[in-house]
Amino acid sequence: MFQTYKYPEFAYRPSAEQAEGRTQRHPVVIIGAGPVGLTAALDLASRGLSCVVLDDNNTVSIGSRAVCYAKRPLEIWDRLGLADRFIDKGISWKLGKVFFGDRQVYQFDLLPEDGHKCPAFINLQQYYLEEWMVETIAANPRIDLRWKHKLISLRQEEDHAILTVETPDGIFTTEADWVIACDGANSDTRKMVGAEFTGQFFQDRFLIADIVMKADFPTERWFWFDPPFHRNQSALLHKQADDVWRLDFQLGWDSDPDEEKKPEKVIPRVKAMLGDDVEFELEWASVYQFACRRIGQFRHGRVLFAGDAAHQVSPFGARGANTGVQDIDNLTWKLALVIEGKAPIDLIDSYHEERAFAADDNLLNSTRSTDFITPKSAASRRFRDAVLDLAEVTYFAKPLVNSGRLSAPTPYTQSALNTPDSETWEGRMTPGTVCSDAPVTVNGTPDWLLRQLGAGFTLLSFGPAKAVDWNGVTAQPLVVGQDLTDAEGLVAARFDGRPGSCYLIRPDQHVAARWRSFDPASVRAAIARACSAKGTY
Amino acid sequence: MSLNLCPNIADPDGFYEFIVESQRAMSDEQANRMNARLILILANHVGDLATLRQAIELAATTGAHRAG
Repeated sequence: MFQTYKYPEFAYRPSAEQAEGRTQRHPVVIIGAGPVGLTAALDLASRGLSCVVLDDNNTVSIGSRAVCYAKRPLEIWDRLGLADRFIDKGISWKLGKVFFGDRQVYQFDLLPEDGHKCPAFINLQQYYLEEWMVETIAANPRIDLRWKHKLISLRQEEDHAILTVETPDGIFTTEADWVIACDGANSDTRKMVGAEFTGQFFQDRFLIADIVMKADFPTERWFWFDPPFHRNQSALLHKQADDVWRLDFQLGWDSDPDEEKKPEKVIPRVKAMLGDDVEFELEWASVYQFACRRIGQFRHGRVLFAGDAAHQVSPFGARGANTGVQDIDNLTWKLALVIEGKAPIDLIDSYHEERAFAADDNLLNSTRSTDFITPKSAASRRFRDAVLDLAEVTYFAKPLVNSGRLSAPTPYTQSALNTPDSETWEGRMTPGTVCSDAPVTVNGTPDWLLRQLGAGFTLLSFGPAKAVDWNGVTAQPLVVGQDLTDAEGLVAARFDGRPGSCYLIRPDQHVAARWRSFDPASVRAAIARACSAKGTY
Repeated sequence: MSLNLCPNIADPDGFYEFIVESQRAMSDEQANRMNARLILILANHVGDLATLRQAIELAATTGAHRAG
C-alpha cells in the first residue's frame, strides 16, 4: 500500500513558553493543521499577523481525502503564492460525464469561459497540498506551527481565550486574543464552547478507494447511476496526480463499514468497474457516511469556527475543503483590521453573516444532490430515473441531472457590508460577488487581473481615481489603461466597465460597491460600511 | 401566468382514452415510471415555477381524505 507517496513525520518541538513555564498571550491561535488551518496561518501571515497553529498529530492527511479543488480556492492560494505548484502537480479537468446503466446520458463543461488564470478544478491528493503548505510555513517567521499539541480545554474571558494544551512534555496553558477552530467535523473546540451543530444525517454509506494504475481514460469526472458493475447504486471515477485514481462506490445503509474497506472486498468491486485485465494497486480505502449540518454561530466570543468544524456537507460537489478555504478568505482581513484597531469588532460578526449564508447555500446544494443520487423512496427513485432516461434523448432534462453541483462561490448578495447599487449595471459583478479574473498586460507582460488587486481595498477604475482613506484603511487605485492594459477587452466586458466606472473591491476580492464615476466621499462611506462602521462618513 | 383550471382540452373523452390506452399493456411499475416521465415533460412545457407549484399543491391536497 501507499506506493506513490511517503508520509512525512514532522518533529515535535517543545515551545519556549511551555519549557519556561510562562503563559504567553498570542494574537491568534489556530486549532488544526489541515488545509483550512494551514491556509488560515498563511493568510494571516500575509496580512502581517503572527499566529500559532496547534495540531494533535504530526503528519499530513492519511489518504487522498479532499481531492477536488475549485477555481476560487486556487485563486485564494494564488494570492498566497501557492497555486502554481498545486496546479502544476494537480490534474486539471472541466468535463464531466454522467452514465445511467451503460449509457452516457449527460455531459457538462465547468468552465465554458476562457480568460481565467486558474482552472475550473484540479484534482490533487490532500497530502500534497498539506505537505507543501507546511513547507511554506516553515520559511515564514510569523507562523509557529506546533505538532503534537492537543487542545484539551478552553475557557474564555471578555477579551481572550485560555487554552490548556497537552504535549509529549505534559500540560501547559496559553492564551489567545482570538482562536480560529479548524479542527474538522468532529471539532473538540466546538464541544468545548458548547456550540450547536445540527442538520440532517443520511442513512447511506460510501466506499472511497485510491488505486494506482496506468490507464488512458480521459481526464474527466465519470459518474454512474445504477451501472451494470454496481447495480442500484452510484459510482464515480476520477483521476489524481501520480496515476492515482479515486473511485467511489455507494454501498447502502445495510453495509458493514469494517468489512467493506478490506482489500478482499474492495478489489473485486474495482475489477467489476474497470475489467479483469486492468492492472492496479490499491493504495487506500475508507468507508464513510455523511451529514449535512452547520454550527449555529460561527463566532463564540473569541473563538471563530471555519471549515468542517463549522459546516459539514455531503461530498457530492466538492464543497468541503473548498468552502473552508473561502471561510478563511472572508475572515482573515476582518480579523487583521480589528486587531489593528482600524475596524470595530462588529466586523467579525459579518464573518458569521456572510459565511453562514454561504454554508446554507452549500448545504442546500449538497442536500439536493444527495436526494438525487440516493433517492429515499420508490417515488423519488422513479423521478430520478425518469430524469436520467429523458436526459439521454431530450435537452430539457439535462439540467435536471444532479450528480453533484460542483463548488462555486456564493455571492454575499444580502451582506450588510455591501453598498447597494444606485445606478444601472450589466453583468454579474454585483456587490457581494467575488471578482471575475481576466487577462491583462502589465508593463507589456501578460498577467491576470486578480493578481493586480492589492492586499487591502482596491479601487478598480475605468477612469481617473485616487487613493481614498477611511480611518487608516486605504483603498489603492488600480486604473485600467494606466496601471494595467485590458488586452482582450475582457475586464471591461466582465465588469461592465464603461468609461469612468469605479469598483471598490474588498481585501478578499469581493465587490463592496461600484459607481459610474469616482467620488471620494462615496468611496470613503463605502469603505466604512465594508468595515462595519456605524454612522455616516 | 397562473394555473389554468378551466376546461382546456378540446376532446376530453378522446384524451382520456388515449392516456389510459397508452398504459393498458403496462405493469403498475411501468405505468408509474411513464407517469414520472410524463410529469417532467409536461412540467418543462409549462416552465413557469409559480404555476408548477400551484399544480403540485393542488395535486398533493386533492383526494387527501382518501385512505392509502
